[in-house]
Amino acid sequence: MIVKVDDLTVRYQGILALDGISFEVDEGDFLGMIGPNGAGKSTLFDVMLGLNTGYKGIVEFFGSDIRKSRDYLGRIGYVPQNPVFERNFPATVRDVVQMGLKRGSDAGRIDGILQQLWIHELAGRRIGELSGGQQQRVFIAKALVNDPKVLILDEPVTGVDRQSTELFYSILSELNSVQGITIIWSSHDLDAVNRLANHVACLNQTLFFHGESERFFSDDKLVKQYSEASMQEHMHQH
Amino acid sequence: MSLEILGYGFMHRALVSGAAIAVLCSVVGLFLVLRRYSLFGDAIAHSSFGGIALGLLAGVYPLWTAYGVSIASALIITKVKDKFNISGDASIAVLLSSGIAAGLVIIGLSGGFTVDIFSFLFGSILLVGADDAVLVLVMTGAILIIVLLFYRQMLYSTFSEEQAQVSGIHVQRINYLIVVMAGITVVTSIQLVGVLLISALFVIPNVTAIMYGRGFLQTAVISVILSVSAVVAGILVSYLFDITPAGTIVLLSIGMLGCTMGLKSAGLLSR
Repeated sequence: MIVKVDDLTVRYQGILALDGISFEVDEGDFLGMIGPNGAGKSTLFDVMLGLNTGYKGIVEFFGSDIRKSRDYLGRIGYVPQNPVFERNFPATVRDVVQMGLKRGSDAGRIDGILQQLWIHELAGRRIGELSGGQQQRVFIAKALVNDPKVLILDEPVTGVDRQSTELFYSILSELNSVQGITIIWSSHDLDAVNRLANHVACLNQTLFFHGESERFFSDDKLVKQYSEASMQEHMHQH
Repeated sequence: MSLEILGYGFMHRALVSGAAIAVLCSVVGLFLVLRRYSLFGDAIAHSSFGGIALGLLAGVYPLWTAYGVSIASALIITKVKDKFNISGDASIAVLLSSGIAAGLVIIGLSGGFTVDIFSFLFGSILLVGADDAVLVLVMTGAILIIVLLFYRQMLYSTFSEEQAQVSGIHVQRINYLIVVMAGITVVTSIQLVGVLLISALFVIPNVTAIMYGRGFLQTAVISVILSVSAVVAGILVSYLFDITPAGTIVLLSIGMLGCTMGLKSAGLLSR
């Protein structure tokens, strides 16, 4: 087992963000995390990544409680939703990928990863000059440079065009099926989750479904329930 | 230009110390500028004014007290900023005004201004002694070694604190390391341009270099070249025309920035 979340509860400024959620992720799983905006997906990721320590319950990576050691962070890669950085930052694509490389790691990996993600020709360009889709591939490259066991992606294609999104999905699929990397990925794109993920976790403060994606998508009642919750959130926002 | 001036011992010390300070300010300043902390150097410089006044009052070598006060105030303001969620510009304003206020009160207690305080306010690079030159070189060497050792952590946490933290870097410790280095750099550099113009050396060459460089290292090297050129030329020109070195150095740096902006506006500058 790679990840175990047990009875996780998070309050954010007095408001209940996550209420007693429990699930497990096995090695090689491709978990699609779905839920309406404000469902707590980013809060869950913040806890898993050690950015939010004010929680109740237990979160384990590779069999160890993440409260006790930060070593697990060296074995996971993370791709944020909208990476926040100064657009004029003088860093090339190679610089950004190299930032992720830990001391003593093989710097020769960088070229291979840039080629794998089809961005080797952009290696000398400034990161701020690239399109959203190209930037996301650079951040995947950075996340992969230490040969992680798990890749965590928080709505990684928000604001990215359709063509780049499809390329991004095919890369994710290959990383999981060929390289065996466990993927935990939050998304609003139900169709993509149906195509790519072998497990689904449906979150809305509580975890109201976790299991094989086939079971989720073959249950019209569950899909309808999810769609209604998303629609209500959408109506609430507009 | 008469080459005679290059034979003077004081000129050797001024040029070597000035070049070392230029390298130091460029390297440390690049991290501050990219963190949107451009005025932090100015704020530390003003707090060091309180430290200098304290040293003069106590009869201690003023730079030692300035080091202590600058480092302590940089750490305190960073801690206060994090703990009470005060914005960066407001915390800089607090640090800046408190240093000057403390300095003025201490000078008042000591019975008024002395000649010494002016050399710290406006710099006196041509008066740098052998001991001071050695101090500048040692501090520059020490800071550059620290930057080399923590290069990845400093660059990554400057680029994105959140991502650096997720990769296992202790971002808060790196932030403290950078403000301590900034404190040491400011006090070491006071002899060159003084308290009032120190932030120019942190900011102007780096803002100029960012317009030329693609990657981080390339930008840092360009900044160092621009800064060392401005300092060396500024010292020589100011001596020949008997004008203030500090003002000349800063105006030359501004001239380089202006030319770069002109080239960029004309479309003649591409990375």
